[in-house]
Amino acid sequence: MCGTQERGTDKRFVEEIDYGTPAVRSDKTVTLTIDGQSVTVPEGTSIMRAAREAGIAVPKLCANDMVKSFGSCRLCLVEIEGKGGTPASCTTPAMDGIAVNTRTDRLNTIRRGVMELYMSDHPEDCAACAMGNCEMANMAESVGLKQNRYGDEGANHLEPSPIGEHGVNFKELDVSNPYFAYDPSKCIVCSLCVRACEEQQGTFALTVEGRGFESRITAGMDEPFLQSECVSCGACVQACPTGALQEKSIIEMGMPDHSAVTTCAYCGVGCSFKAEMKGEEVVRMVPYKDGKANRGHSCVKGRFAYGYATHKDRILNPMIREKITDPWREVSWEEVYAHIGSEIGRIQEKYGRAAVGGITSSRCTNEETYLVQKLVRQGFGNNNVDTCARVCHSPTGYGLKTTFGTSAGTQDFDSVEHSDVVLVIGANPTDGHPVFGSRLKKRLREGAKLIVIDPRRIELVRTPHVEASYHLPLKPGTNVAVLTALAHVIVSEGLFNEAFIRERCDWDEFQDWASFVLQPENSPEAIEKMSGVSAELIRGAARLYATGGNGAIYYGLGVTEHSQGSTTVMAIANLAMATGNIGRPGVGVNPLRGQNNVQGSCDMGSFPHEMPGYRHISEDATRAIYESLWGVKLDNEPGLRIPNMLDAAVEGTFKALYVQGEDILQSDPNTHHVAAGLEAMECVIVHDLFLNETANYAHIFLPGSTFLEKDGTFTNAERRINRVRKVMEPKNGYADWEVTQDMARALGQDWNYTHPSEIMAEIAATTPSFAGVTYELLEKEGSVQWPCNEKAPTGTPVMHIDGFVRGKGKFVRTAYVATDEKVGPRFPLLLTTGRILSQYNVGAQTRRTENVVWHEEDLLEIHPFDAETRGVREGDWVKLKSRSGETSLRATITERVAPGVVYTTFHHPATQANVVTTEYSDWATNCPEYKVTAVQVAPSNGPSEWQEDYEEHARQSRRIVHVEAAE
Amino acid sequence: MSHDDKFKSGDERLVYMANQIATFFTSQPKEEQVAGVADHINKFWEPRMRTHLFQIIEQGGMGLSPMVMEASGQINRPKAA
Repeated sequence: MCGTQERGTDKRFVEEIDYGTPAVRSDKTVTLTIDGQSVTVPEGTSIMRAAREAGIAVPKLCANDMVKSFGSCRLCLVEIEGKGGTPASCTTPAMDGIAVNTRTDRLNTIRRGVMELYMSDHPEDCAACAMGNCEMANMAESVGLKQNRYGDEGANHLEPSPIGEHGVNFKELDVSNPYFAYDPSKCIVCSLCVRACEEQQGTFALTVEGRGFESRITAGMDEPFLQSECVSCGACVQACPTGALQEKSIIEMGMPDHSAVTTCAYCGVGCSFKAEMKGEEVVRMVPYKDGKANRGHSCVKGRFAYGYATHKDRILNPMIREKITDPWREVSWEEVYAHIGSEIGRIQEKYGRAAVGGITSSRCTNEETYLVQKLVRQGFGNNNVDTCARVCHSPTGYGLKTTFGTSAGTQDFDSVEHSDVVLVIGANPTDGHPVFGSRLKKRLREGAKLIVIDPRRIELVRTPHVEASYHLPLKPGTNVAVLTALAHVIVSEGLFNEAFIRERCDWDEFQDWASFVLQPENSPEAIEKMSGVSAELIRGAARLYATGGNGAIYYGLGVTEHSQGSTTVMAIANLAMATGNIGRPGVGVNPLRGQNNVQGSCDMGSFPHEMPGYRHISEDATRAIYESLWGVKLDNEPGLRIPNMLDAAVEGTFKALYVQGEDILQSDPNTHHVAAGLEAMECVIVHDLFLNETANYAHIFLPGSTFLEKDGTFTNAERRINRVRKVMEPKNGYADWEVTQDMARALGQDWNYTHPSEIMAEIAATTPSFAGVTYELLEKEGSVQWPCNEKAPTGTPVMHIDGFVRGKGKFVRTAYVATDEKVGPRFPLLLTTGRILSQYNVGAQTRRTENVVWHEEDLLEIHPFDAETRGVREGDWVKLKSRSGETSLRATITERVAPGVVYTTFHHPATQANVVTTEYSDWATNCPEYKVTAVQVAPSNGPSEWQEDYEEHARQSRRIVHVEAAE
Repeated sequence: MSHDDKFKSGDERLVYMANQIATFFTSQPKEEQVAGVADHINKFWEPRMRTHLFQIIEQGGMGLSPMVMEASGQINRPKAA
């Protein structure tokens, strides 16, 4: 499909073939002759694509293989023997037995004529042409155009000369978007950008305005791009054949000279990108068509928001300080490791082996995460290791392990192309997982039905050419009640799949569960009262999910981050099993993971009770594998989870913590509690790109490296293990795995990894579900989905096909228990939290990019009714108060939230939204209840006292004393 | 700045967590209830947490749900640290 090509240096440039029109799926094939060559393709394939598959590139401007053909540029004309005319090869399907000619004198003449007309209205000084980033120049050359008989005398779209007599149709350059420019003078109105926006992204922000010669591409209602609905995914820029839409980085830096395929380090979709480089600098990130998660699409974060990698705030030298009120002191790597060795030793001597622990990062690679948990288990000698999944998807781990037998989504993303009914609960894919959101919208536009269960009217509920059949706007905290009511309808109306259940699950368990869901308190009518969702909507949604064909459930943190998070996951699994929606493409239970490597960090044994591959620490056989390899005795008791570590710290028995690539102070709930825990520790080691909020409480800082600076793998939400490839030297000197290795050595461990592939070899050798994973295999296959072993040598796209991992699927009773976080007279509103498209998690990365133009600050969404009764106007500062704390931010008034519900994001440390969230957590996993906090909102004058104090504390604690020549 | 009475800490929090687990298992089939609570705590609670739990139980189990009390016989007693 693709290849790499030498470009004069030792660096390679990844080239992808553009087949001109999308691939077609068909059982039937047709055979035709093109320029004398016999070609066999699936029925429905265009002549253009058939030709390209045979190695013949038909000239074209308005077609690519990402969008449907349109037939406007008239360059790709061909002749078919025995037929009149010169049809466009992009819109003409290949047919059995026809003979096509793509290069004849007649065709050449027509193409030259067409190209001459195009070029007569193309700027002579087109910089993109000169750089080789403009197909116009290539096509002119390809068709042998040598002259322009028309001159630039007549009407055109070019920039007027200083005298000003030409270019009546000239439109100014639009540079409003921070990442790309639109130069209408170069545009040939081929509409590729419009189609990319519609078909790939599904935003419909672009249009062709006007007719004939006046027709122009415009964003929104003829607005600058930034003001339009454009979400800056970059699809139009990729599609543009002329350089009219172009990355600003290309304009500034010129064309890249080498590239490598790597994996985005933002959300859990795990898009593949080509990192296109010039020397040590990234020129642009271009989505990779062979990337199986994204299939050539991207969002604003992965495509454009990589500038944080070279941001001036990055810390490049190790630093230490005695007290957290001291300024930082830069030290050498030798000194920092020696210091860590002595501090950990001192603390374990004084407070015991269990007084220290570590937190692995869901942003780092599998290999790095594996090493951190190994450091804790082997080097620290305990199981006090946890990861940020604690605060996001730990209930997925518990719930899916209990019901299905393993903690993972059941499908690949391609599966959505086969879904007939999609149920989205507690997720906002168009913002949180945008590329999957686009793939989902595409399927919905093709006719699949949609059910949304969410307190907010998220974009999917109604967006161009997509409308949910059912939106169940439930009260935050009532997921279990509503899901059990859906089950009630499915069972009471006999809509369950008895054959599936008898074959794949335990029939007695099902009957027990069925009798539970049939209890009157689980009926839609009963649940209506507590959830606020009408019984009729619940019944309709249940019928649609159970009877609409392939039913797939996608869920996010709106499911897990509740005191009944694990119960909700099991309720979802129950629904899928009861309706037989497991074990084939188009169905399944699909957790949408927050961070790039949440799946991987969980897989790698980051939880305090589990070794890699979800094997409980109490299993002797599992421990034996690692004990013999690592030469230590492993503790068979579970370790502390993050909130337990903080509790133990406050209590005085937990004294040191190594945090890699997480910002628990900002991301974890109840900031006061986190701060108290961290303050009580004697040695907090933060390993990060930036002096994050947690670092305000740290004694040792280890500079981290970005995904561009190291080799490794990330595992996305579909269990897909994708390669991360190093394209530049770490600015801090060392990849994160090297730093952890040196720490382990300082603690006396004999680690000698020279490349992450050796770490993966150890993972594969010790973890059955990874047994077949090697870097060679990833090189060959591009990516694989675990389980990857003898039984599945190239991985497993769909799980539980013939049976569940645990044997029989387990139905679990899911009784609704209202959270103790209740509204009342003091706190009458429910706060729920989430994120938006342009920012990511705590914002440490995205706030350090131009993405801030879309989201400068966190806003509080409040319904007009609630705003009115409180005298809050659009843009006012408001105080947001819960029983945990208070903060201030600006309000925005919207009907996206229901009356009684308010919503905000947690991307900005100044807001400190987690000051107000509570310590309530999931009963099974301690995953915090971010999604439900009882609050009051009142007008205020500005930031709260805590915010001002914190700001000052942060400023103080970020002071650095620089030393000369720190190594 | 911390430890105001606004949030639970220490023993109170532990009792709350144990009761939350018991609440879930209350709805499960009879034979899975007590065993389920004990198994969950054994699997996920670090020895320090279980030590505290036993201290609370030995002091009469103030605030603990009856099911947690009943499960305590099946909860692994941590080795003395």
